[in-house]
Amino acid sequence: MLGAIFALACVLVVAWPFLRDPGPTDDRLLELGSPERRRLELAAARDRALADVRELEFDHRTGKVSDEDYRAQIGPLRRRAAEALRALESPRRPARPTESENLVRFK
Amino acid sequence: MPELGRAALVVCLGLSLYALIVGSLAAKLGRRRLALSAANALLAAFGAAGIASLLLFAAFVRDDFGFVYVADHSSRALPMAYKVSAFWGGQEGSLLLWLLMLTGFSAAVVWWNRRRSATREVVAWAVPVLGLVAVFFSLVLVAVASPFVMQAAPADGAGLNPSLQNPYMLAHPLFLYVGYVGLTVPFAFAMGALLSRRTDEGWVVATRRWTLAAWASLGFGQLLGAHWAYVEVGWGGYYAWDPVENAALMPWLAATAYLHSVMVQEKRGMLRVWNMLLVILAFSLSLFGTFLTRSGILSSIHSFTEGPLGGWFIGFIVLVTLGSLGLVLYRLPLLRARTRLESALSREAAFLYNNLLLVALCLTILWGVLWPILSELVRGEASAVRGPYYNFFLRTFGLPLLVLMGIGPLIAWRRSSLRSLLQTFLWPATVALAAGIALLVLGAGSSRLGLVAYTFAAFVLASIGLEFVAGTRARHALSGGSWPGALSSLIGRNRRRYGGYVVHAAVVLLAIGVAGSSLYDTTREATLRPGESLAVGQYRLLYRGSTERQNGNATELRAVVDVERDGESLGRLQPGKNAYPIPGRADTEVSTEAAIRSDWLTGEDLFLIAERIGAGPGDAVELKVLVNPLVNLIWLAGFVFVAGSLVTLWPDARARRRLAARYGELAPAEA
Repeated sequence: MLGAIFALACVLVVAWPFLRDPGPTDDRLLELGSPERRRLELAAARDRALADVRELEFDHRTGKVSDEDYRAQIGPLRRRAAEALRALESPRRPARPTESENLVRFK
Repeated sequence: MPELGRAALVVCLGLSLYALIVGSLAAKLGRRRLALSAANALLAAFGAAGIASLLLFAAFVRDDFGFVYVADHSSRALPMAYKVSAFWGGQEGSLLLWLLMLTGFSAAVVWWNRRRSATREVVAWAVPVLGLVAVFFSLVLVAVASPFVMQAAPADGAGLNPSLQNPYMLAHPLFLYVGYVGLTVPFAFAMGALLSRRTDEGWVVATRRWTLAAWASLGFGQLLGAHWAYVEVGWGGYYAWDPVENAALMPWLAATAYLHSVMVQEKRGMLRVWNMLLVILAFSLSLFGTFLTRSGILSSIHSFTEGPLGGWFIGFIVLVTLGSLGLVLYRLPLLRARTRLESALSREAAFLYNNLLLVALCLTILWGVLWPILSELVRGEASAVRGPYYNFFLRTFGLPLLVLMGIGPLIAWRRSSLRSLLQTFLWPATVALAAGIALLVLGAGSSRLGLVAYTFAAFVLASIGLEFVAGTRARHALSGGSWPGALSSLIGRNRRRYGGYVVHAAVVLLAIGVAGSSLYDTTREATLRPGESLAVGQYRLLYRGSTERQNGNATELRAVVDVERDGESLGRLQPGKNAYPIPGRADTEVSTEAAIRSDWLTGEDLFLIAERIGAGPGDAVELKVLVNPLVNLIWLAGFVFVAGSLVTLWPDARARRRLAARYGELAPAEA
């Protein structure tokens, strides 16, 4: 008896997505389309670039990175961060530097 | 009741098969409800494994010796706590524990990721991989090693191996199993990433905490096991390079390498193939560890059981390893690095060196474990690899690893100039040199290896200290406030880095403890009659005679020894033997009970073993005395390790907000 109840419960749990939503308008696994996914990738790249800039600045402050190394590295890193920001914001403001870019440049 | 247990295992097998087949179909066809249904099958499989486990547990509690497994591993006189641990004291129970934890982990990880659209495709493929592993374990439990085999109930059970009747045995196997099983999660997600072609860093981020938790649990479980061996097995040591001890160490080393190199992938987009290989290695070794423990292929103190499982496990390990390596090869074009190593003097290069050393150590240990099997296959005669082999490679790879723990944190990402490195290293190197000279003056030069290890340890501790001090000062300068607030903010902003440093400090304590207790120890053996004494170093031991008493189901025979140090009494120690009755037989099972006096101030232990005790008045005792300097730092390292792991594991609200913001940005783009 207990076994039958348990087996029935298992069937219910497994069948639940079909019982709850018997006639879905969209049964595709993916919710994000290619443009959204691309934006997510760009946002991730931007976050990574900004984190790299912050980390280099902090390492410079703690003395781990010398002035010379800092000067050599900060430029390319800021450029990369700015590029990531520009790529992310290009559909809206493609031409001039954005507020966030200025933030990166003058932080 | 046994029928219900068997039925629960069959249902678990069916649900796991469903997750494997339907999950694969759902991921391939991209069907949402089908994928949810497969994921739900894993939740239900956890329920089924839970019911089977509860029934077996109830059989232990009720002394139901109609269960062959219960009769073989428990007895009426066994204290209740050990009836609980007897659940995983044998082959069938420990496999059921594996299945319970595996389905539990699978259910939790599926539930945790149910609303995360970023990893949806990866999870959809991870479900059938988790299902595959669950199919294997439930099939083994149904077809080969069922804990629900019945018999005509005997009056009493055979009892639990005396060595397992120790409080550590309540926790040590559980932590190890959480570690072994937890490594299935990164493996399943890595395979999911390859199958779904989503090989970006999403799967790494989604499994970071799961991997860390499994790794921390495996590490802590090993320290518990080492302490169990120290206090219970009674030979004065804590690690004997036993194959089953090595079986837990190998996946931990592979996972340690992965946790370091994955940071390079997240930060620089490099080492993607390498990380896949490390995840596969760690998971395959965790299966191999279970196989070693449970197949009885190698005789060791841990292999209490032998059975027909070998073929099953070897088949599954080969299938998993070759299948996953084939998949990595197939998806190789997707795993190209985004960037290249800019300099040999960079943080990522240090991580790479650390990885090579960790993997080299792991593989040499694997070779040592496999050697008896291979030599028997080739020459028809097994020859074991002994301690000196392992100790040689531990020194060869371990000492450079220790130095790298100090160097790595001081080097910046991308590249560092030699001049800035020399500047950064000045302070830790000076501390290390001063420590080395001071130790030499104090007499630590009796072991050159020990002196080198201590000097390196001082270097690492100084570099960790420097990281905290310089970081706190920089944070204080940036945001003001109090110094403790600056320290807290420093750690809170990068829990992984600073928690990692605490774990490094734990490893340094461990290294100091191991070096002290194995390179500066003293051992003396003597036969003493009552009234006779023995001097060992600063200690003087006076044998008073023997006592015998009944305690629970054990007859305890003890040698009574009074201990003095430099003329000051330190009290009485009573090493001895415990005799446990074997139900239905006249003889007993005997265990050695060491007596230990710990000095927590110096970290030193006085360790007494009574090899043989005469029970009559005036009879002699054969006494073995060990003085183990700094051994208690090893156990202290366990606490520091847990603290560091917790800091690293603690949820990061800033990262969560950043992720939420990233998804929040999708809305205006869609508009």
